[in-house]
Amino acid sequence: MEDNPFPAIMGRVCYHPCETACNRGQLDEAVGINSVERFVGDEAIRQGWTVSVDVPPTGRHVLVVGAGPSGLSAAYHLARRGHTVTIREAGPMAGGMMRFGIPRYRLSRDVLDAEVRRILDLGVTLELDAKVTDLMALKDEYDAVFLAVGAQLGRRTYIPAGSAAHVLDAVDMLRDLETGEKPLLGRKVAVYGGGNTAMDAARTAKRLGASEAVVVYRRTQDRAPAHESELAEAEDEGVLFKWLTTIKQVDAGKLVVERMELDDSGFPQPTGELDELDADSLVLALGQETDLSLLDGVPGLVVDDGVVAVGPDLMTGCPGIFAGGDMVPYERSVTVAIGHGKRAARHIDAWLSGAAPEPVARPAPATFDTLNTWYYADAPRSHRAVLDRARRESTFDEVVLGHDESTALLEARRCMSCGNCFGCDNCYGVCPDNAVIKLGRPGESYLIDLDYCKGCGLCVAECPSGAIQMFPEEI
Amino acid sequence: MRATDGKLLAVNSTGCLEVFSTPYPESSWQLPWLHSLFGNGPAVAAGVAAALRARGRDDIRVIGQAGDGGTVDIGFGTLSGMFERNDDVLFVCYDNEGYMNTGVQRSGATPPAATTANTKALGPEPGNAFGQGKNVPLIAMAHEIPYVATATVAELRDLEYKVERAMSFRGARYLHVFVPCPLGWGAASADTIKLARLVKETGMFPVFEAERGEVTEVSRIRRQVPVEDYLRPQRRYAHLFGDPGRPDSVARLQASADRNIARFGLLPEGTRDGEALRDHPRHRLQPCQQDRLVAHRARGLHEPDAAVQRRLPGRGEHPGLALRG
Ligand SMILES: Cc1cc2nc3c(=O)[nH]c(=O)nc-3n(C[C@H](O)[C@H](O)[C@H](O)COP(=O)(O)OP(=O)(O)OC[C@H]3O[C@@H](n4cnc5c(N)ncnc54)[C@H](O)[C@@H]3O)c2cc1C
Ligand SMILES: Cc1ncc(C[n+]2csc(CCOP(=O)(O)OP(=O)(O)O)c2C)c(N)n1
Ligand code: SF4
Ligand code: SF4
Ligand code: SF4
Repeated sequence: MEDNPFPAIMGRVCYHPCETACNRGQLDEAVGINSVERFVGDEAIRQGWTVSVDVPPTGRHVLVVGAGPSGLSAAYHLARRGHTVTIREAGPMAGGMMRFGIPRYRLSRDVLDAEVRRILDLGVTLELDAKVTDLMALKDEYDAVFLAVGAQLGRRTYIPAGSAAHVLDAVDMLRDLETGEKPLLGRKVAVYGGGNTAMDAARTAKRLGASEAVVVYRRTQDRAPAHESELAEAEDEGVLFKWLTTIKQVDAGKLVVERMELDDSGFPQPTGELDELDADSLVLALGQETDLSLLDGVPGLVVDDGVVAVGPDLMTGCPGIFAGGDMVPYERSVTVAIGHGKRAARHIDAWLSGAAPEPVARPAPATFDTLNTWYYADAPRSHRAVLDRARRESTFDEVVLGHDESTALLEARRCMSCGNCFGCDNCYGVCPDNAVIKLGRPGESYLIDLDYCKGCGLCVAECPSGAIQMFPEEI
Repeated sequence: MRATDGKLLAVNSTGCLEVFSTPYPESSWQLPWLHSLFGNGPAVAAGVAAALRARGRDDIRVIGQAGDGGTVDIGFGTLSGMFERNDDVLFVCYDNEGYMNTGVQRSGATPPAATTANTKALGPEPGNAFGQGKNVPLIAMAHEIPYVATATVAELRDLEYKVERAMSFRGARYLHVFVPCPLGWGAASADTIKLARLVKETGMFPVFEAERGEVTEVSRIRRQVPVEDYLRPQRRYAHLFGDPGRPDSVARLQASADRNIARFGLLPEGTRDGEALRDHPRHRLQPCQQDRLVAHRARGLHEPDAAVQRRLPGRGEHPGLALRG
């Protein structure tokens, strides 16, 4: 929790790019980092872990606009650095897209509430139903501002529609559902788009009683931006797909669709072949845009392609105003949003104190070829269980279940500790010249006595985790 | 030292071990240590054991140590005598497959095809001749002494365990340890452990334990590799892989590894589960020995995990790294 206030949430919704990078993937299968994170996060909630502010108050006051993952993460890290933080949130509850986008069957609201509560318990002030409409009017009350308003507006596209056609937006639909309004979709629902939002809209439609949910997307499956796991889960739940298809017209009860073809550059081109598709409603999931009207008149702030330009320190063109999450030009995910919150907090802290931000130590990644995997036991990955299909079709219960303690521990132990000594004593044992000294002090367990080391490289070759490096001596 | 509570006395034959541990006038041995000759280590050790017995000091244990030359060749007669009398000595042979101390000459433990100073890569059968040499662990077993074991430096925990196990017996015990010699074999120093690992994984050096002449446990191969993987990194076998090379010799070495595999039942659990041992027409083990193996297996002694746990005290904290037993 030093880095991330949301382990239980991340252990559910993160697309875990870390697992793609995990070295164990080259041995058998990547460590289930995400499942372990979820277990740890859930344990922290179960055991009621709290965090504390261990520095004296700085007397500085920071405004955070938006209580999505990015704003909450920034608030957490700013509060822990002793700043007074006020979050202004337009909606009725905190969480942003974690609450009003990601459906309950992927993220239990109890988990969300518990992790948000832990942040507010640090003394962060959260003002709900407090949309910021004019930042300039507020700015001077605070020493710095972090903007994290996300991307709330469903992108539109022009489709000719009959007067009785029922067209709605995916983000609106998911938001309505969360605020207790059950959207009227009918029995046959078409969803337009190929991203994660489209998958969530279709899976939600199924749960709301639609007998058929069809995802219509203009490219092929392998080019759909939705993550593989979400596509697979949607497919499992009986969601249908119409790839290489665009929608030409919406009428009551049906759609006119056109078949597409990929050209040489992989771009979909119309073929002129039309077809009809029965659909009582059409849900648009074509991406989201940011409502930047609150930023009118902010001097120096640059908007490019609908998002706010920021430097590597996440400061906008206006000194003291920082921004992160979906409203800045990066990959849009909860993961990135949380990371931005932390990074912004570090830079805001530095900006407020006038000091250079403390550098982040990032050791070079330990690559697979530096490991000696012989020493690791064969251990196949444990995959998380999923809810049975009947319950997935009719309820909003969490689909992916967590590991129990022993499975989580087993999975965690599959980690090879790449690049980090874990005290196996191999180097101590194999050194032919007894040049490895065992200190046994925490964090400093071994020392190489260079007066005795002959540079044979055995310890380097036999260190399981690639934690020892040998450099030619400069003479 | 740990296995004897520090009450240990060592007798050494001439060899590399002495050269680096006792350069006159220094010694790195922090225990009573005796050197006599190249060829009489086992006899001296037996004498020391007899003297201790005469003085009623059965709390002090004796080990004898020598290289493969000192053990399988020049010291062999006295070793056999020590076995035959069942003298209370643990004799350890550090087998680097040649007389290394004096410049890499062939010994009775030098494997076929290997080049040494006196088995050059010349003639119709370059390197050491096939069909010669002796297997002292098996010869030791034939003496039906209480305990015989083989080990390699790649599995230090296993080696540790075997020394402790040996010290739990009285009488003559023999431990044959495979130790690659980077200099004599023309291999990279950093590959020393790797070679010791590969020699076991190819089946060329069976790692096992035997009590009173019967094999009681074998370290199975975990990821079988062809002998070529082991031979190639060593310059002493370079002539096998030159142009045109000697694929026939490599095949003969592979055949002898395969024979070990069949004879000792070295394949991983599950792949054959001992049929090799039972079914191989040329197996040398008696039916009673097979029964014993099966009994061990039934008791779970052959389960890798049971073996690992037993051999790795304190390793429980990081099962991600369970060294294979
Ligand atoms: C359906 C759906 C599913 C998704 N699934 C995943 C997933 O599984 N994994 C993943 O990593 N990412 C997922 N994402 C993306 C992820 O949710 C976003 O990238 C992330 O939430 C962005 O965080 P944020 O803090 O920048 O913005 P948001 O989460 O959008 O939060 C912004 C907050 O600011 C508030 N706000 C907006 N304007 C104002 C204003 N003017 N004044 C005050 N408050 C304001 C909003 O009400 C909102 O609460 C999904 C997105 C959607 C739509
Ligand atoms: C009777 C006798 N002959 C020859 C020697 C010379 N000599 C000393 S050590 C040694 C070789 C030792 O080889 P080995 O026992 O295999 O041990 P290593 O050095 O390989 O460890 C020889 C030939 C000697 N000391 N005494
Ligand atoms: S340290 Fe662990 S999680 Fe990270 S790459 Fe290595 S095995 Fe994977
Ligand atoms: S440095 Fe490597 S070999 Fe040495 S104790 Fe640490 S992990 Fe083991
Ligand atoms: S390089 Fe060789 S001598 Fe030096 S510490 Fe490592 S194993 Fe020992």
